[in-house]
Amino acid sequence: MSTHNEHATDAKAEARSYTLTLTMLLILTVITVGASYIDFGQGNIVIALTIATVKATLVALFFMHLAHDKPVNGLIAVGGFIFLGLFIMFDLIDINTRRDAVPQILHPPATQAVAPPAGAAPAAAPAPAAAPAKKE
Amino acid sequence: MSTTTADLQNPQGDEHLDDVSHHHQHHFATMEQQFDTSKIGMWLFLVTEVLTFGGLFVGFGLMQNRYPREFVEAHEHLQRLAGATNTVVLLVSSFTMVMGVLAARTNQAAKCARYLWITVGCAAIFMCIKAYEYTHKYEEGLLPGYFYHHHGDLIPGSHGYSTFFSFYFMMTGLHGLHVMIGAVLLAWLAVRAKRGEFNSVYYTPVDLVGLFWHLVDMIWIYLFPLYYLIK
Repeated sequence: MSTHNEHATDAKAEARSYTLTLTMLLILTVITVGASYIDFGQGNIVIALTIATVKATLVALFFMHLAHDKPVNGLIAVGGFIFLGLFIMFDLIDINTRRDAVPQILHPPATQAVAPPAGAAPAAAPAPAAAPAKKE
Repeated sequence: MSTTTADLQNPQGDEHLDDVSHHHQHHFATMEQQFDTSKIGMWLFLVTEVLTFGGLFVGFGLMQNRYPREFVEAHEHLQRLAGATNTVVLLVSSFTMVMGVLAARTNQAAKCARYLWITVGCAAIFMCIKAYEYTHKYEEGLLPGYFYHHHGDLIPGSHGYSTFFSFYFMMTGLHGLHVMIGAVLLAWLAVRAKRGEFNSVYYTPVDLVGLFWHLVDMIWIYLFPLYYLIK
């Protein structure tokens, strides 16, 4: 077991690392506010989110102890963000491949009931294609 | 039996031997396992929080994509100084929180209680600034959805402005709710810390509420640039 003195120095080193983390977080806050006054065009949002992510990582690693903690907690945290990333990715795929931002169901009924192209129906006439059309 | 178990967990003969037998639940092999289990549970909860707010962030992004001009104009109504002050307040409170956890773990009950009360104070300052901002928005008619009645917008009649404030109030409101819940928990812990209930053997509640508090801080780290600083 470590002696009382060793405990005290450990605690002091830890306190110092927290002070350092806080200082860095405050400096990054000043930078992010300062950068928002300069016009980088599309770059502004990228800079803001990058700095925010750096700050969040600092909080997670040091204030939330993930840097020295059992790996399972970090795994859970990273797993959560991976799922959030998946969610965001599919949303981006969706909006980038959609011509109209308004979902079809929100259009007036008249425009919704557009008949399929005339040639398409007879060509794909066989029974399987017709079956789903009949609602039970 | 309990003495034997306690001895196994505490071979150093720490002065907090009593706390081991008192807090140790029989279905855990050791105090350490009990602590780790609680912590994993807390992290799983934090992931659900991340996903809750993540959904709102994605919604905000989609709507910003749809009403880019309205969102930029609407964000001019937010007071940067108030937002920046709140950021600093929350960052400092995160620091005092982690110092409180450290004090609890190193058997400094009075110091722990003091740090926890400072953290509660920061939460109170945060909510006061938030209340001031909300009052300002209310007076100008910058309200969510149907209640929006601000005049002099560049694109009159656009739903973009009310959408912005719907998201603003929903997200900062939900975040504010977390701050208030966190403050209540911290005050409860501060009282318990003062009574000397936490020490190097048992400080689980302080650690877990600390994790929650840092997550609340982390969410604000993203809310602040996205709402107050977007261009």
